[in-house]
Amino acid sequence: MTYIRKPKIQHPRLSRNALGLTRRDYEGAVSTLCAGCGHDSISAAIIEACYEMSLPAHRIAKLSGIGCSSKTPTYFLSRSHGFNSVHGRMPAVLTGAYMANRDLVYIGVSGDGDSASIGLGQFAHAMRRGVNMTYIVENNGVYGLTKGQFSATADYGAKNKRGVQNFDEAIDLATLAIQMGATFVARSFSGDKAQLVPLIQAAIHHRGAAFIDVVSPCVTFNNHRESTKGFDYVRAHNAAVNRPDLIPVREEVRVSYPEGATETVELHDGSLLQLTKCAADYNPRDRTRAINAIQERQRLNQVVTGLLYIDPDAPDLHDEMGTVSCPLNQLSDAELIPGRAQLEVINQAHR
Amino acid sequence: MHGRLERTNDFVVKFANVNGSGSASANQLFAKAILRMGVPVSPRNIFPSNIQGLPTWYEVRVSEAGYLGARSGVDLMVAMNPETWSQDMASVEPGGYVLYDSTRARTHGLPTGCQALGVPLTALCSEAYSDARQRQLFKNTMYVGVLAQLLGIEFAVLETLVRDQFKRKAPLINANLDALSRGWAYAEAHLEGGIGLQIQRRDACGDRIFIDGNTAAALGAIYGGATFSAWYPITPSSSLAEAYMHYAERLRVDPDGQRKYVVVQAEDELAAIGMVVGAAWNGARAFTATSGPGISLMQEFLGLAYFAEIPAVIFDVQRGGPSTGMPTRTQQSDVLACAHAGHGDTRHPLLLPSDPRECFDFSALAFDLADRLQTPVFVLSDLDIGMNERLCDPLDWDDARTLDRGKVLDFDALDSGAAFGRYLDVDGDGIPYRTLPGTHPERGAFFTRGTTKDAYARYSEAGDDYVANMERLLRKYERALRWLPEPVLHECGASDAVIFFGSTAPAMHEALDMFADAGAALDALRVRSVPFHPKVGAFCESHRLVFVVEQNRDGQLRSLLIEQFDLDPKRLVSLCHYDGTPITARFIVNAISHQMDERKVVPLRKQVEP
Ligand SMILES: Cc1ncc(C[n+]2csc(CCOP(=O)(O)OP(=O)(O)O)c2C)c(N)n1
Ligand code: SF4
Ligand SMILES: [Mg+2]
Repeated sequence: MTYIRKPKIQHPRLSRNALGLTRRDYEGAVSTLCAGCGHDSISAAIIEACYEMSLPAHRIAKLSGIGCSSKTPTYFLSRSHGFNSVHGRMPAVLTGAYMANRDLVYIGVSGDGDSASIGLGQFAHAMRRGVNMTYIVENNGVYGLTKGQFSATADYGAKNKRGVQNFDEAIDLATLAIQMGATFVARSFSGDKAQLVPLIQAAIHHRGAAFIDVVSPCVTFNNHRESTKGFDYVRAHNAAVNRPDLIPVREEVRVSYPEGATETVELHDGSLLQLTKCAADYNPRDRTRAINAIQERQRLNQVVTGLLYIDPDAPDLHDEMGTVSCPLNQLSDAELIPGRAQLEVINQAHR
Repeated sequence: MHGRLERTNDFVVKFANVNGSGSASANQLFAKAILRMGVPVSPRNIFPSNIQGLPTWYEVRVSEAGYLGARSGVDLMVAMNPETWSQDMASVEPGGYVLYDSTRARTHGLPTGCQALGVPLTALCSEAYSDARQRQLFKNTMYVGVLAQLLGIEFAVLETLVRDQFKRKAPLINANLDALSRGWAYAEAHLEGGIGLQIQRRDACGDRIFIDGNTAAALGAIYGGATFSAWYPITPSSSLAEAYMHYAERLRVDPDGQRKYVVVQAEDELAAIGMVVGAAWNGARAFTATSGPGISLMQEFLGLAYFAEIPAVIFDVQRGGPSTGMPTRTQQSDVLACAHAGHGDTRHPLLLPSDPRECFDFSALAFDLADRLQTPVFVLSDLDIGMNERLCDPLDWDDARTLDRGKVLDFDALDSGAAFGRYLDVDGDGIPYRTLPGTHPERGAFFTRGTTKDAYARYSEAGDDYVANMERLLRKYERALRWLPEPVLHECGASDAVIFFGSTAPAMHEALDMFADAGAALDALRVRSVPFHPKVGAFCESHRLVFVVEQNRDGQLRSLLIEQFDLDPKRLVSLCHYDGTPITARFIVNAISHQMDERKVVPLRKQVEP
């Protein structure tokens, strides 16, 4: 890791979005990650997605666990509150935050060690619960921050830089997320901004647990020739099942796609997700077939990317719990304290 | 040969039952009936870690004098479990009584000097009921009828209680009353001569209520404005979370059915505390309820919450350790684990309630404290207080009271341009200002992390930033003393003294009376919080010997006293009761007397200035 300060990411056009903000308003502190680290590209994609969506940054909360990936929330959205929590436990913190205020946008950032190794339990349970969030795993197959040990997503048989082989089976977080009940599951590649940015946007629009597994090469510890999480490998094996494009509410559908080659998913808030099909047989609304298709392609050593699964009509946790529409952290004393007379009734029942 | 025990309004009845046999509600009916006769009782559940089949006991101490601590020995044993017969008989006091099911011939002996009260409960039930479950259940109700007749509990009192209990299940009222009458009639006809234990109507309960600590703590959380709870079931704390849900469903639901609270049953205690931290970070009052094993799992988050300065309330209803240790037995053995939970240098405020009323008060207070101090606050009760109903002052709430949310900058404060540094000590009290996500479009956002930060929450690994932060945290901790409940002093000018806390209180009050009656009165101080009030240190310094009585092996409270006041350890004599049963006055008196004898100290009165 280097502490040499690098110039802020330069944007060619300082254009403004609907809120009158520039991309720079969505940036964060200068990254201290290794030059070329995939994680920095994901930060850039998050900035781009939020800028394009004209999201008020202060209405976003960004939470993470521990790792190089989990450090990145410092490097985007400086106007958002952030929480760098405990290794593998971001899902719980995010869940609690979401329970306290249902009106904010929650972005969780994690690593493959953070989510698949130490935090696998919390990862699985968060997917089951229907928390309204965008959960991004920056997946490099290693523990970057502790200097390159294999993580639980490292492929069986993969070799590290020193030639040591991994003999544990890899955990595929995307498949697991689908099985656990996430209602939006995608995979992308840090080097494919055109695919990643609309996926992040769609995930934010989606109501419920949205998970994106982003393969994000660690240039320092896992980008060598034998690596299955390196830039060259992923480029060579990337098999996109579809390419997404998000059309926000009230914006007209401008592009016309050839019949049969696209699929449109209407998201809960009315925005449209246009999917250009790259694999004709892939149906992202069918949970069982999606899992099968992913596994079949993985057997062929393909890195399956795109929107893998979506259920746009799923209820979220607050709906299911019947919580008031006013965020819990804004209820007044009068709404919270039942008062002395009520207590006397309770006393009387205990005599 | 002892004469039979003759006692009025002062005895112990113990029920020996089998877990899952439905005895709990009958036993509770018995205890409540005595309360309604105006005589204080304190019941205790003694139960195994099991759902069905193993022995359980319900011990009811009747004490007109109002001693609510456990007392050893049993004056009337209701021996409904053949398996524990020998063990149960061994605890019966000479001259005591044994009520048993005489349907089949007794195979085991009675202790000499006891009076046997045989009632053919099984036969009576088989005769009266055809349904198997009824035959089982009403056996319990029937022995309550027998006891009521023998002890002189008015039938009308039982009837009122039954009518109240089954208000919504009318058919059960008559069935229960019938079973009670059958028991009553049998006793009247067959147990002539009665027994020497009697209940006589008094007015010794006043307006006190009969409630368990977990329910009271849950109500404290509702009145204290808690809107979020995350928990993972564990005895003896589960009933706290369950009571919160029960009362929130009654008191926190809008007319249109919308809930002003959320409870998540988490996948484990790590997740439970993580959710509480997340919710509290985001400005909701949040708590978790757990016991020792849960506290162990929460350590990392508790440390983070301390350094990141996040308000959170943790109820630890203590039990024996470790995980499969003594899950259904009481102890006060998490004091140190909570006081210093986390890694690195941490110090947490602890509140130590001694009865359900204090569970309620300290629970509501904990939420204000957590918000004011921006730190996790622990409420430490135990199984004895948490899971047993105890007579205590009625719960009270001042309608003028508002929830103190501490130093939170709102939109206007931020908009007016107030300088904001999340960890900046603006007021010199160690307590910084915080902001909540979503407040202001341009101001007040900050990044929360452990200690790698400066006063403006910017990333920093500089040593002086770290030290400055740690020093401020100490100032903040000391600030807590302003708001923590003061110790309760009982001073009579004795040269020796006792310090105690929590569920030891009722046994200690009785023991202090016994010492006073014997002309050897002791001064006493009940600690109600950590950090300790300066009065606690002064009390230690001003007595010759200070006995620290607690329910753990290692004298954990004593360690904290020595740590905070830098006391000479020799001044503080540790007296520990830790076999998992609640401490008794007899234990305390014996232990202190023994220590006094060993040291050949004669109780002294302090020299009083003329
Ligand atoms: C409880 C705990 N154990 C171990 C660590 C050390 N640790 C820090 S980051 C990390 C692995 C991070 O891996 P990953 O989530 O994949 O993030 P990456 O650095 O690869 O982006 C480990 C083991 C820790 N911080 N906390
Ligand atoms: S993940 Fe790898 S490349 Fe990226 S910052 Fe960490 S060590 Fe460097
Ligand atoms: Mg990694």
